[in-house]
Amino acid sequence: MNVEYVAKLARIDLSAQEIETYQNQLGSVLEHMDAIASLNLDGIEPTAHASPVFNVLRKDEIKPSLPVEDALSNAPKKANDLILMPKIVE
Amino acid sequence: MSTAYEPVIGLEVHVQIKTASKMFCGCKNEYGGTPNSHTCPVCLGMPGVLPVPNEEAIRRTIQTGLMLGCDIAQICKFDRKSYFYPDMPKNYQISQYDQPLCNGGGVMLGKFAFPKETQKDDIASSKKVVRLTRIHLEEDVAKSTHFETSSGIDFNRAGTPLMEIVSEADIASPEEAFAYLKTLQQIVQQGGISDADMEKGQLRCDCNVSVRPVGTQKFGTKVEIKNLNSISGVRRALAYEIQRQSRVLSEGGSIRQETRGWDDPAGETFILRTKEDAHDYRYFPDPDLMPMRTDSGLLSEAQARLPELPHQREVRYMNDYGLGDYDANVLSSDLALAAFFEECVQSGAPGKACANLIANELMASVSSDASKLAESPVKAAHIAELAKLLEAQKINSKQGKEVFAEMLVSGKMPAAIVEEKGMSQISDTSALEAIAQQVIDANPGPVADYRSGKVAALNSLKGQAMKLSKGKANPQLIGETLERLLKAP
Repeated sequence: MNVEYVAKLARIDLSAQEIETYQNQLGSVLEHMDAIASLNLDGIEPTAHASPVFNVLRKDEIKPSLPVEDALSNAPKKANDLILMPKIVE
Repeated sequence: MSTAYEPVIGLEVHVQIKTASKMFCGCKNEYGGTPNSHTCPVCLGMPGVLPVPNEEAIRRTIQTGLMLGCDIAQICKFDRKSYFYPDMPKNYQISQYDQPLCNGGGVMLGKFAFPKETQKDDIASSKKVVRLTRIHLEEDVAKSTHFETSSGIDFNRAGTPLMEIVSEADIASPEEAFAYLKTLQQIVQQGGISDADMEKGQLRCDCNVSVRPVGTQKFGTKVEIKNLNSISGVRRALAYEIQRQSRVLSEGGSIRQETRGWDDPAGETFILRTKEDAHDYRYFPDPDLMPMRTDSGLLSEAQARLPELPHQREVRYMNDYGLGDYDANVLSSDLALAAFFEECVQSGAPGKACANLIANELMASVSSDASKLAESPVKAAHIAELAKLLEAQKINSKQGKEVFAEMLVSGKMPAAIVEEKGMSQISDTSALEAIAQQVIDANPGPVADYRSGKVAALNSLKGQAMKLSKGKANPQLIGETLERLLKAP
């Protein structure tokens, strides 16, 4: 696993020194995964969650939303109730 | 000789699900509205919040799967799809990766779903089924509006329920893509899943298209076309792209795997990004959301509300009322129209005559826009009564058109119009015989002609009889009566 690539995906700017540090740290995390991979997992179902809890759902009911002023209060720039940001083009 | 190319097309269709509240929070799910007026910490992606899925969105996705013949997963889960873009502030979209709610299924392309000028082509009658890969449930993203130097974000749409319907690469022409989208749109609309208005972005379509030499099996390099906002736009964009790719290949070039946009006014696709910028979404199970089981009620609840599908209704109309395939299709293509038709026939009016009046006269009067039916002064009771008058031959079809025109203006009932205009048709035998006899007595020339074998002379006599009756004689019966009297010794 390449730390530089992961950092780029996560939009984190790392110095050369940090890359080296994290490469080592990430390496040991991955080694731990190898430890799991070395176990005999035959007959064990892959699971996304450890507890057998299903369907934690809500009814389709409207709850009050934030006032527009509050929703926009963290925005560095706003106009016409929109949050403004540097122009993005796909 | 130059190589001929054939397209291979697969579509990814996003459909906004009609619910009261959003997918993972209780904010209102509403198109329009003051920007950023339907937000909360969950759909704004604040740290530490917990999403809770809307059970109704799940039910409607299952219902869609059932309507399209999919297998419904017994157990499935939500995953995080990571990417950075201002329309999704938590930097991941909750979606489904390897365990979608629905798998497989298909969409049958009916004849009348094809563009009008291609409905006579063989493919339109072939009942081709476009197979589906899957349908999964996810959250929609915020809406961005681009200005001169900045972009504005409205989070009202962020976190609203969205399903993605993915087809196999079974579509072989822009016309089939058109028919596929029309059919899908009709099904989700009639199932009450979505209003599926493409202009409002309630149904959005991305196309994957490649071309290959005719007769070969291997897929060519595919190009994705995004941002298509009408069904006819999809058709045009595909036609352009197929031509472009075929031209590049026949000139010895190669196709790059890329994403292109569609410029509708210019009528061409343009490059958005190449494969080098492809995303690495790093999907993983969302730890905030527990898996779903559909067998603990969700599936049976969705099954219980399965509606009659448009093509099933079409067959029923043909079988029960003897309608032709065109009329049956027109009437079953829209719920309001189908309800209108059924209201007409419930009063005992003949189905075929009602269908005829609705599909032709009534639809023409609302410029084929069924949503305007409610505003028309012509109600089901008018159509039913007029159909009965026609069926009983109280008036002929020409008079029927006149009555229709009149009720469209005045909203008066057909029987009253017939009475007022003194139009009612004469079908009574003795009255018809009296008219026929009068015509025979007054026209010895044509009568002699007819009796000496000039059958065509009957037409002129019939014309005289119609004139004498001021157009009220039943045209068929008066012809028969004349013939009978002329042949009598």
